[in-house]
Amino acid sequence: MDSYQQILFKLKKYWSDRGCIIQEPYDVEVGAGTMCPETFLRVLGPKPYRVAYVQASRRPSDGRYGENPNRLYKHQQLQVILKPAPADVMDQYLGSLEAVGIDLKKHDIKFEEDNWESPTLGAWGIGWQVMLDGLEITQFTYFQQCGGIDLEMAPAELTYGLERLSAFLQNKESVYEIEWAPGVRYSDVRLADERQFSVYNFELADIDTLWQLFALHEKECQRMIDLYPDYEEKQRFPVLATYDHVLKCSHLFNLLDSRGAISVTERVGVIGRVRKLAVGTAQLWAAQEAA
Amino acid sequence: MPGPNFLLEIGVEEIPDWMIPPALEHLRKAFTKLLEENRLRGKVEWVDATPRRLVLAATGLPKGQKDSVETVSGPPKSAGEGAAQGFARKLGVTVEQLETLSTPKGEYFSFQKKLTGRAAAEILADALPGLILSIPWPKAMYWSSKASARFIRPIRWVVALFGSKVVPFEVAGVVSSNISSGHRRFGKAKVKVSIRKYEEALRANGVLVHAAERRAKILEGIAALVEGRGLQMRPDAALLETLTYLTEWPTAILGSFDAGYLSLPSEVLVTVMRHHQKYFSVTGAGGALAPNFVAVMNVPGDPEGLVVAGNERVLRARFNDARFFWESDQKRKISDRVASLGNVTFQAKLGSYLDKTNRVVDLVKQLGGNEHAQRAALLAKCDLTTDMVKEFTDLQGVVGGLYMRAQGESEEAAAAVYDHYKPLSMEDTVPGTVSGLLVSLADKLDTLRECFRIGMIPSGSRDPFALRRAAQGVVKILLEGELDVALRPLLDGNVQLEEFFLDRIRYYFREIRGFAYDEVNAVLAAGWDPLPGAESRLRAIQKMRPTEDFEPLAASFKRISNIIEQAGFEKGIPYIHAMLEAGPEADLCAAFEGLRGQVASLRASGDDAGALARIASVRPAVDLFFDKVLVNSPDPNVRRNRLALLSSLLTEFSSIADFSEIVTS
Repeated sequence: MDSYQQILFKLKKYWSDRGCIIQEPYDVEVGAGTMCPETFLRVLGPKPYRVAYVQASRRPSDGRYGENPNRLYKHQQLQVILKPAPADVMDQYLGSLEAVGIDLKKHDIKFEEDNWESPTLGAWGIGWQVMLDGLEITQFTYFQQCGGIDLEMAPAELTYGLERLSAFLQNKESVYEIEWAPGVRYSDVRLADERQFSVYNFELADIDTLWQLFALHEKECQRMIDLYPDYEEKQRFPVLATYDHVLKCSHLFNLLDSRGAISVTERVGVIGRVRKLAVGTAQLWAAQEAA
Repeated sequence: MPGPNFLLEIGVEEIPDWMIPPALEHLRKAFTKLLEENRLRGKVEWVDATPRRLVLAATGLPKGQKDSVETVSGPPKSAGEGAAQGFARKLGVTVEQLETLSTPKGEYFSFQKKLTGRAAAEILADALPGLILSIPWPKAMYWSSKASARFIRPIRWVVALFGSKVVPFEVAGVVSSNISSGHRRFGKAKVKVSIRKYEEALRANGVLVHAAERRAKILEGIAALVEGRGLQMRPDAALLETLTYLTEWPTAILGSFDAGYLSLPSEVLVTVMRHHQKYFSVTGAGGALAPNFVAVMNVPGDPEGLVVAGNERVLRARFNDARFFWESDQKRKISDRVASLGNVTFQAKLGSYLDKTNRVVDLVKQLGGNEHAQRAALLAKCDLTTDMVKEFTDLQGVVGGLYMRAQGESEEAAAAVYDHYKPLSMEDTVPGTVSGLLVSLADKLDTLRECFRIGMIPSGSRDPFALRRAAQGVVKILLEGELDVALRPLLDGNVQLEEFFLDRIRYYFREIRGFAYDEVNAVLAAGWDPLPGAESRLRAIQKMRPTEDFEPLAASFKRISNIIEQAGFEKGIPYIHAMLEAGPEADLCAAFEGLRGQVASLRASGDDAGALARIASVRPAVDLFFDKVLVNSPDPNVRRNRLALLSSLLTEFSSIADFSEIVTS
């Protein structure tokens, strides 16, 4: 039986062998691997790109104090971007499952319609949730739009839910029982942050502070976006630094949401504020690439 | 009989199951049209599909179009030899080959130009790429560059065979061939096919091309699994269709779960199985839910039981979630959640669900709802704040009702909340209790009134709040729930809303109840509120229609209506007895006055059919009147009096239906 980390090694090796750069996780909080600049910005424009990376996805509202066997505040995704999507992308994907030891002649794989949309990122795509014996293990998406921009070249995005996949492979009922490394369980590595962040996100985070932080990052991001048109040396302009503030806003929004600080009425408005920044930054990236 | 001589297979990455049947229908029509437009015989033999292929087979296609002759007319004969030579030169023929065309305007030079019919293969090669890309999809995509072709999912191969030859073309970057593709894991990636052995070749590669065969295989598989175990599958036609189009080689498997989960409400268990896992649920003795489920795989078997075990594990996790929600939600009673509705938006401009709840409670009171109905109206939306409904949104209402029952609310109120989203479709039933009917009615009416008030009115296919369904639900509730409620006073005098309802009412009477459209128009023109009354009048008309008096009477009423309209006569002016001429005119008046009272009392007692029969009995008097009496008398006073009589008759007897709307033969 492969440990969690061995499964990761195998997947990374598999995609490395197929021409992907293996990146390391991005160091700003994100709700999904899609939000990392390696995906969100790189899919824009006409330059081909292939990358795979593991990304911790933080979803404060999904936290369960470490008590639910399948739900996590922070879970790990393997994100693969193939731009442009090769014609045999589905076969390559199925091959990756076989590479981690799933005998697809003994299991049931279905591709069920599931289109992906992120209102905060002005992004959407068409695709499937991949079901393995009734368990959703991957989101498979052909991106169509990002940051409100129609993509020049539709990339395929594969997002593996690593805990689910590993629990399946190791036949565990709870993600906490997954063997991370020989003799080390998932709970040994991660239970403490699940508990502590649940307490913080649901109970202790100071709402006023979060709102202030949100406003500060929003202001700084917008200031940068506004700076670009008159900035002389376009290639030096820090679009990536601007984008970090979008991510901060997005994460703060999620925190405020889990803290119960955003009424349903306000929600749409706040999502709109984040989207404005995401769209603005995406446009800078596209303009800079074209300049 | 010879088999098909043309085959088209569009190989696609997994198409969403529900989009497949309409796409096939389009394919059939588009191909038939292609043949017609190109004067090619032949017909579509079948269309069918799996998630990865749309297939069309046609028979009797000819090698090509028939040769034909076109008459090209040239200059008039009178223009002489020079003109003829010029004409012949232009066509590349000699003057001797020209003929004469005689027309009423004179004689012309002409030429019988022979057109060689185009080869069918060539026509198909030209037309098929456009035909394939013309299939309409709810949401198409591109998969290479932005400027490239769009389809529901990427096209990966195309088989196009005419006889034994490939019809050569390229679509979306794919070149047609005779190479298909088998099941992703149980077939070869490249499968050479011929028309005659197409299905056979795919079957050998793990693909059952025909949906009917897959459907039958699922059902037979399930029957074999439950047989002898005292179990029964709960039939679910929609799920069966989904699974038929989600698989290329379906195989049913039986799984089980811990009987302890059966303590959860069956509604919750069934929803988890049905909507989240696409499982059929299974009942045991006495029709109670059994701790089993049927899943359908897209592979031929599960020899090691791995698939069953995997599905059981997923279901266990799902049921654990549901149990967790069921227990944790109950820590805060439904009745303690009303204030929280203030935080749940109904619609940005229309405020919260608390605002809506207050309006619905008032409306239920106004409609005469008892204390249970009012209680139900107050608590109906509270389950929107529960984790169970956040997770399983399909169970809204149902969950509220179940919690209320578990928390000691009255059965009547609990049942009303449980049912208050009903009817969910035209096929669905209306709520089973009066309180349920009233809460459902008030909830839907409130949504309609509020949305129309702020101008959120459905247009075309845009109906984000499903207002058509809500209005249809109101109509269904009033009619099938037999509620003695007048609709019009509840519509705030909003003319657009009244029109909107009138459309729904027409639709209901025609499509659901099957009344003829002119009968519906006639009855609704005489008034549509209250609805049960309109339906009773419709039944009376329907019953009277085949009788011999009906059509002539309708024709007479139409005539009266036209006469009054043409004369610009103002309704409501009384006629004067003294001015009536003895004979047919006075007789008509007497007949009318004699019947008037009877009709009114029959109608008051609800006997619309009886009233209609009385009205029909006025026919001989009307006929005689039109036979013998000239309405357009030279004396304007006499004329006006006659119009007044006819107008009174029309008004009085049009309360059941406006007969002038009846289409007579």
